[in-house]
Amino acid sequence: MTTLTVAAPPRRRPRLRTAVRPAHVATAAVLTLIVLAAAFPGLFTSASPVDTDPVHALTAPGAAHWFGTDQLGRDIFARVLYGTRTSVWLGLGSTVLAVAAGSVLGLAAALGGRWTDQALMRLVDALLALPPILLGLLAVTILGPGTLNVMIAIAVAFSPGYARLVRAEALVVRTSGYVESATVLGLRRPLLVVRHIVPNALGPLLVLATVGFGSSLIAASGLSFLGLGPQPPSPEWGTMLSEGRNFLATAWWIGVFPGAAITFTALSVNVVGRRAQARFTRRTDG
Amino acid sequence: MSLLDIDGLDVSFGTVHAVRDVSLRLDRGECLALVGESGSGKSVTARALAGLAGRGASVTARRLTFDGTDLRTLKDRAWRDIRGRRIGLVLQDALVSLDPLRRVGAEIAEPLRTHRLLSRAELRPRVLELLSDVGVPEPARRADQYPHQLSGGLRQRALIASAVAASPGLLIADEPTTALDVTVQAQVLSLLAKLRGEGTALLLISHDLSVVADLADRVAVMYGGRIVEHGPTDRVLRSPRHPYTRTLLDAVPTAHAKGTRLSPSAPSGLPAEPAGCAYTPRCALADDGCRTALPVRDDHATLCHHPLPATTAAKALPTPTVIETTPPGRPLVVAEDLTKRYRAPDGTPYDAVRDVSLTLHRGETLGVVGESGSGKTTVARVLLGLTEPDTGTVRFDGVPWTGVPERARRPLRHRVQAVQQDPLGSFDPRFDVERVIGEAVALAGPRRGRARRARVAELLDQVGLSASVLDRRPRELSGGQRQRVAIARALAPAPDLIVCDEPVSALDVSVQAQILDLLADLRRDTGVTFLFISHDLGVVHHVSDRVLVMRNGRVIESGDVAAVFTNPNEEYTRQLLAAVPGGAQA
Amino acid sequence: MSLPALLRAIVKRLVAALAVLSGAATLAFLTLQLIPGDPVAVMLGPGNAASPEIRAEITHEYGLDRSPAEQYLHYLGNLLGGNLGESYQLQRPVTDLIGDQLWPTVQLALFALLLAVTGAVALAAATAGRHPALRAAASLAELLAASTPAYWTGILLLTAFSFQLRIFPVAGAQDFASLVLPAVTLALSLAGVLAQVLREGLEAALAQPFVVTARARGLSDTAVRLRHALRHAAIPLVTLTGWLTGSLLGGAVLVETVFGRPGIGALTLQAATNKDIPLVIGLVLLSALVFVVLSTVIDLLYLVIDPRLRTR
Repeated sequence: MTTLTVAAPPRRRPRLRTAVRPAHVATAAVLTLIVLAAAFPGLFTSASPVDTDPVHALTAPGAAHWFGTDQLGRDIFARVLYGTRTSVWLGLGSTVLAVAAGSVLGLAAALGGRWTDQALMRLVDALLALPPILLGLLAVTILGPGTLNVMIAIAVAFSPGYARLVRAEALVVRTSGYVESATVLGLRRPLLVVRHIVPNALGPLLVLATVGFGSSLIAASGLSFLGLGPQPPSPEWGTMLSEGRNFLATAWWIGVFPGAAITFTALSVNVVGRRAQARFTRRTDG
Repeated sequence: MSLLDIDGLDVSFGTVHAVRDVSLRLDRGECLALVGESGSGKSVTARALAGLAGRGASVTARRLTFDGTDLRTLKDRAWRDIRGRRIGLVLQDALVSLDPLRRVGAEIAEPLRTHRLLSRAELRPRVLELLSDVGVPEPARRADQYPHQLSGGLRQRALIASAVAASPGLLIADEPTTALDVTVQAQVLSLLAKLRGEGTALLLISHDLSVVADLADRVAVMYGGRIVEHGPTDRVLRSPRHPYTRTLLDAVPTAHAKGTRLSPSAPSGLPAEPAGCAYTPRCALADDGCRTALPVRDDHATLCHHPLPATTAAKALPTPTVIETTPPGRPLVVAEDLTKRYRAPDGTPYDAVRDVSLTLHRGETLGVVGESGSGKTTVARVLLGLTEPDTGTVRFDGVPWTGVPERARRPLRHRVQAVQQDPLGSFDPRFDVERVIGEAVALAGPRRGRARRARVAELLDQVGLSASVLDRRPRELSGGQRQRVAIARALAPAPDLIVCDEPVSALDVSVQAQILDLLADLRRDTGVTFLFISHDLGVVHHVSDRVLVMRNGRVIESGDVAAVFTNPNEEYTRQLLAAVPGGAQA
Repeated sequence: MSLPALLRAIVKRLVAALAVLSGAATLAFLTLQLIPGDPVAVMLGPGNAASPEIRAEITHEYGLDRSPAEQYLHYLGNLLGGNLGESYQLQRPVTDLIGDQLWPTVQLALFALLLAVTGAVALAAATAGRHPALRAAASLAELLAASTPAYWTGILLLTAFSFQLRIFPVAGAQDFASLVLPAVTLALSLAGVLAQVLREGLEAALAQPFVVTARARGLSDTAVRLRHALRHAAIPLVTLTGWLTGSLLGGAVLVETVFGRPGIGALTLQAATNKDIPLVIGLVLLSALVFVVLSTVIDLLYLVIDPRLRTR
């Protein structure tokens, strides 16, 4: 028997160094800054996010206060920096919770038999009938305001969507050619589920969760904006934005900078998420 | 002057040179076939002639004229006047080549509307006329339907009707019959022959020499972007001059090749250089000269340093070796009165399989042949224990195989393995080749580590793959390599039975030949029993000892393969055999 | 599609719709049972020291002294009769309250939707499958629009156009001028997402073999886009538009707060912060109803667009 060496596509195309695009460099830089600001806000400023200074209240952005000061004279730049941790934590925590809950629900529905599926999916349908913000609002109404409660509320709001996706993926995977092949090999069902069904059903979810993190961040800050999140004076972007709303006529900077922080965080995460999605589609399409 | 006159056509996409120095002529009422495997450049050539080579393609030629028009300098506007009006294009699968959201009639009328050939009122009668011309019954009803509501054959005819609606002088048909059942394929080919008879010039693209044999006046064989042989169909088929043409002919498993190897056994394996002949690595006759210098075209338009002698074509290549088979033993699988009922999308029940009984003897290969919808895949799934029959039983080696819980079947599972039509779908997309095969090895052999890796490498060697593919993912492999990996996995647990469901239908004929040879080798070496399912009678005839002919869920004829194929009892079997392209030669 | 099949499809649809509605109603009822605190205290307002007798009377009047199961049945019975109860806080029928606030929000949602879909179709049709630099720019713009929180867009627009340039009013819902900024705010993030999906759909359609066939008939690029590709791209567009329209109710909560507009969003926020249970339930049901109606419309549109779905 001769060994075939022809007709094999090249193993990996040599990657061109020039393929690094400016957009990716910018995204990476922004993400690094966000992580650093969340971990060590003191690195970037010596100002305190909570100390008031009534003499310098409502100062416009300048050399002394890059982003200006608010109605109590607090340094907005410091508040935005110190707010990073809370805001990113809200988005990240709620996404992780939502993905975890969605995965468990979706897998249980897909693999747990007909009645489990029916019961869980009717629940998910009813939850999906309500927009995430409304669901989050309801959840906070029950739980009461606060950082942790907003996180849980946003997780509740987004988990039905994830559950629906995981269930659909798991159903596709369950009838896929490779699961049949593993059945033909005689793999035991628990092994089949752990080795083939769960990892392949969760793959697309993890990619989607990157984009979902942006949505969660925006929604969580939205609840804070409505006054249901972390309570003042603790710095959080949504909360700051809502304070800024009262000073639009006189001090635009109070609201503009925290909003920009939310937008740039969401944007850079979305860029990464979109890239991951494109890659994932190409990979699974062969 | 010829209708179509091409000299020195080159098409490249950036650094990829897809078509090199192609020269062709075609006259009215003539049919030229362009034959080659995927990647040979035949489809790119066809599309370049319609000005549709694609974004980023660079098309150059010394001469490129159609009916007196120089196509090289045409602007987009002028191309649009030619496309559909003077040059028609028919693509492979009409299900995706006709817009699925539009009615068949609207699609056929589109070239007439675009070129403003008829008034609005004249369109409908002309569309119906076209439909009936291409042999579509009830044209008025069909014109109002959508492509998915038509059978494959009718759909392909509708596509042809839309291509010829504006009576173009040249019709380019790219694999027009590839996805079709054999009887339907014969009908479509005769429709094309009728169009040629009416004066249309026909450029027919195919990967299969036997398909074009009856229709083409001349054949041009492409390899690596170049035409390597070009001549009258009779001459090329009877006495091919290029070794690649010879390989293509040998690869067709029609009756005369039964029990022989289909693929050349000793490719040179010499690396090809850009300046040399691209076929060098696969050629049995290649030497260092082939590697470094491009041959000069001889008077038969053959591009080869070592053209085969004109008359005794077969002698130069190693003669086909007869593969010995073992005589069949006692029954391994006994299936009785299997019936399986499904529901159609509209809710009406139908029997996918009805009263099917079969016996597989140890060591034999049983072929199952039938057209799409005949129930052959359902039979395969029942024998694989993936589908439970509504009634009937299967016993495997004397033990009940159906009607028992999965728990009871599992200890026997490793003895029945499968090779599917689409190997890629049967591999976990996250796994590399080593894990794909390793998972199967672990069931019966070493569970992990170096021992498992060694066993996987051994299996790869058995199916003719080098260990270098171990850490590749299946989607990085070619179609033939993927199918070899699937076969290696099926062999891993040392099964008694391998069920092959259309294992070669997605492959080019030359790759198909290699896989069929591999299966024959494995059968000889391991004595494994095969159930071999295919819609291709030639393939089934080549590999099987006995054959079942299925139609509409029933077995209508069965018996020794030679007996059934030479002297069929049933009219349907006779029709199938008559429709096999090139069947007259067999 | 035959008549019985059509009937079967309609009945199936209705059953599914009822299931979602009753599910949402039940869910709302159950979750609101979990709300800590005494509804009577909510009704009386903060710091009201009513006598135990008055409390007991109110408790009885609203049926709060019955078991949860009884309350649930009673609640369902009222629902079937179209009675959503009376707001604890405002002491008015919930249906009246919702009816009063519905129109400004509907206006806002429809106008935003119109802006978003028009913008998305124009952007996607102009850029799909064109020069890579153009596509990259469009893609970045879409991502930016989709990543910007509506409440911040609103604040930016207010600062620029109301406080600095003084073109549009700062708050209210009295005339068309007051509708412009909120609608643009709401439309921007919608348009970003829609344009992305539509462009991907168009590019997927343009890569299909039937597009080659259409070009081979002599069709121009524009004709191929309009006559063939756009219809294919409309399927994901319809799905997403429907879903996003449903979520507009959520967006309205934020946008109406930013712009100080009356409407369902503002009402929802008020009901939720005051724990006005009957009103919250009413709004949840409204939202579920909108969802059910939208999904029905989407499914019908699928049938119009894609004949392949009609035989199923």
